[in-house]
Amino acid sequence: MLTITADLYGKIVAHARADHPDEACGVIAGPAGTGRPERFIPMLNAERSPTFYRFDSAEQFQVWREMDERDEEPVVIYHSHTATGAFPSRTDISYASEPGAHYVVVSTREPDRAEFRSFRILDGVVTEEEVHVVAGRAGSSPE
Amino acid sequence: MAIEVRIPTILRTYTEGQKSVEGSGATLAELLSDLDSRHSGLRDRLVDGSGLRRFVNVYLNDEDVRFLGGLATPVADGDTVTVLPAVAGGGR
Repeated sequence: MLTITADLYGKIVAHARADHPDEACGVIAGPAGTGRPERFIPMLNAERSPTFYRFDSAEQFQVWREMDERDEEPVVIYHSHTATGAFPSRTDISYASEPGAHYVVVSTREPDRAEFRSFRILDGVVTEEEVHVVAGRAGSSPE
Repeated sequence: MAIEVRIPTILRTYTEGQKSVEGSGATLAELLSDLDSRHSGLRDRLVDGSGLRRFVNVYLNDEDVRFLGGLATPVADGDTVTVLPAVAGGGR
């Protein structure tokens, strides 16, 4: 199950809408081992394509190093599909390389309704999971 | 001579779970062969028939080696090589 604040959910959808008709992509980092998405990191789509995305390699290096320094990991890796549904494609599955991440796919194929679904992708196997949207802003927690 | 090589999660099955290993060589090609002698199969995940695999990023210190010399990039004692699988995909 992916538990995510409404604030972060909204940020992902807004990014996908803003980049439509190109695919949008990014990461939500969270404290290592917690599975808690907290820090929204929209990434450049180096392919700038309506059917493909790829993190810019220099930007990915900076972001991964920063996560390492902050003891974070990529909790969510998101991207959008602009003409197909919110489900991992064959390329999504073949390139999935973070076994601990929640892979969020947003579809912007319909102008008035974004589809938002989350999946685990492990060794080529896709498992959909429930998305649990909670109140509160990223980083704020009761404890 | 020691060059630190940082290994991403998905390749740590080749390094007994270690996130960082050491190797030696004058070029990236030699370094990868050296690593493969102790971590068999690792090189094949990074290199194919035409050079460095397209969807694996290899960095020498802060720079993507695609912009340096690819497999011929010179490496030296004290350098850090980082491997990150590309994050990519799409609608098709």
